[in-house]
Amino acid sequence: MVENRRWLNLLTHAVLLLGLAVVALPLWMTFVASTLGPGELINPPIPLLPGSHLLANYGEALSSGMARAGGVPVGTMLFNSLVMALGIAVGKIAISVISAYAIVYFRFPFRMTVFWLIFVTLMLPVEVRIVPTFQVVSSLGMLNSYAGLTIPLIASATATFLFRQFFLTVPDEYLEAARIDGAGPIRFFRDILLPLSRTNMAALFVILFIYGWNQYLWPLIVTTDEHLYTIVMGIKGMVTVSDEEPNWPIVMATSMLAMLPPVAVVIAMQRLFVKGLVDTEK
Amino acid sequence: MQKRVGFDRWALPYLLVLPQLAVTLVFFIWPASEALWQSMLRQDPFGLSTEFVWFENFVELFHDPAYLHSFGRTIVFSASTTFLSMVVSLLMAVAADRVMRGANTYKTLLIWPYAVAPAIAGVLWWFIFNPSIGIVAYALSVLGVDWNHYNNGAQAMLLVVIAAAWKQISYNFIFFLAGLQAIPRSLIEAAAIDAAGPVKRFWTVVFPLLSPTTFFLLVINVVYSFFETFGIVHATTSGGPAAATEILVYKVYKDGFIGLDLGSSAAQSVILMAIVISLTVVQFRYIERRVAY
Repeated sequence: MVENRRWLNLLTHAVLLLGLAVVALPLWMTFVASTLGPGELINPPIPLLPGSHLLANYGEALSSGMARAGGVPVGTMLFNSLVMALGIAVGKIAISVISAYAIVYFRFPFRMTVFWLIFVTLMLPVEVRIVPTFQVVSSLGMLNSYAGLTIPLIASATATFLFRQFFLTVPDEYLEAARIDGAGPIRFFRDILLPLSRTNMAALFVILFIYGWNQYLWPLIVTTDEHLYTIVMGIKGMVTVSDEEPNWPIVMATSMLAMLPPVAVVIAMQRLFVKGLVDTEK
Repeated sequence: MQKRVGFDRWALPYLLVLPQLAVTLVFFIWPASEALWQSMLRQDPFGLSTEFVWFENFVELFHDPAYLHSFGRTIVFSASTTFLSMVVSLLMAVAADRVMRGANTYKTLLIWPYAVAPAIAGVLWWFIFNPSIGIVAYALSVLGVDWNHYNNGAQAMLLVVIAAAWKQISYNFIFFLAGLQAIPRSLIEAAAIDAAGPVKRFWTVVFPLLSPTTFFLLVINVVYSFFETFGIVHATTSGGPAAATEILVYKVYKDGFIGLDLGSSAAQSVILMAIVISLTVVQFRYIERRVAY
């Protein structure tokens, strides 16, 4: 702060608090709605403070699910989301760290061809080429499987690009020293490069976990078997019930459960999250 | 580009790039070329014969009022989302940068909407604006505004804009705050000594120095609102009422999976790909010239 201005200080805090309130409003209302009993959400205005049905609503959402959503318990959907998020995060990191290693540390014919083939994919989000990708996955017989949910989405160049940038900053002396000591490529990768990239991997993991958890369009089209529904897309089935108001307390309890894991990851690993965010956009 | 020193092995590097290459070829290059090819084909309504029609699908799209309407909606949606989200987050970042103590607490309290899925963000706002029980709709009705996004297209659009902008606030806030904290204090102090007030300092010193961040975020936000907002629209308005919120990504999905008009849907995919690629090129060119000052 350059100078002390009383009114400006007050204004600053007012802006921040107002902003926080607006940002938090949907979350708070969701939480409140998820704790109300069935009869309390019919006439406006709805209460602003939590009700007494917290355990009952969450219990119902987790165990029995809703008949209207196809009868899948939220527990199953949470598990599917977890598999998908972990599969995408781990798969992406694993395949991109080794391909970045090859591109940076090896000389081989067609290296630049490989590089460009991988990097054109940086540009195309799945939403854009959705119909042809669906046809490919369907002709490979991967509909309604965990493989179909995860593998098409681990093909993205962001992670490879990030590792490539990082490897380029690792001093050449490490490699020279390792070679003098007689280490081969596998050993150098395992004992020197991987430990050095630990922070980058963790930061990337946070970003990719959220990316995988929040997928919506892709699970929507590759799964027709309700036992493979993920939680984010399952919400849709609960909100749009024909001709009547959805069962809001249960829908909102489910929404809270759907938000909880990624939000917890972001808050708990804030530093890594910010690092990952900044790194992946370079 | 490459290391001065490196390994020379003939098989190992290929083995290492194989997984990524295979996935890229099967799930990116193949579908993308398929889209290009299909965009030039037309099927008869019964799927019995297919003919090659060159660019007719594209010509037809640009003569189709529904497509042009969707293009217009997307531009309105994208511009409003980007503007709303960036203005709010810049304001909050400037405020958080000023308080010094507590800036990190504010950051923690502001970053979590990033982790909320677009579809869920849509549902949350859908709920608080719900015409019969939503708290905001109730407040508006007390103020005399009749809110009903089920049949008012402008209100439905406003709703998806708010939900999309809300989700993006944390991202913009983080980058604006980092940009602001990177501005040397000495410049601001010098301006203060020259008797420039806070507002003048912001517009003549801080904002110009922040322009690389602003431009970067502009591109990111446009890309976000064009392509990553499918969930928000699909989970809430489903493009309605009367196609008022039918943005391009949603239309690709609708025409391809519900209308089953593959030629037209593929042509739309190709147009979207062209948009993404040009935005990416803009962004890369800008990053090259990042050191403008």
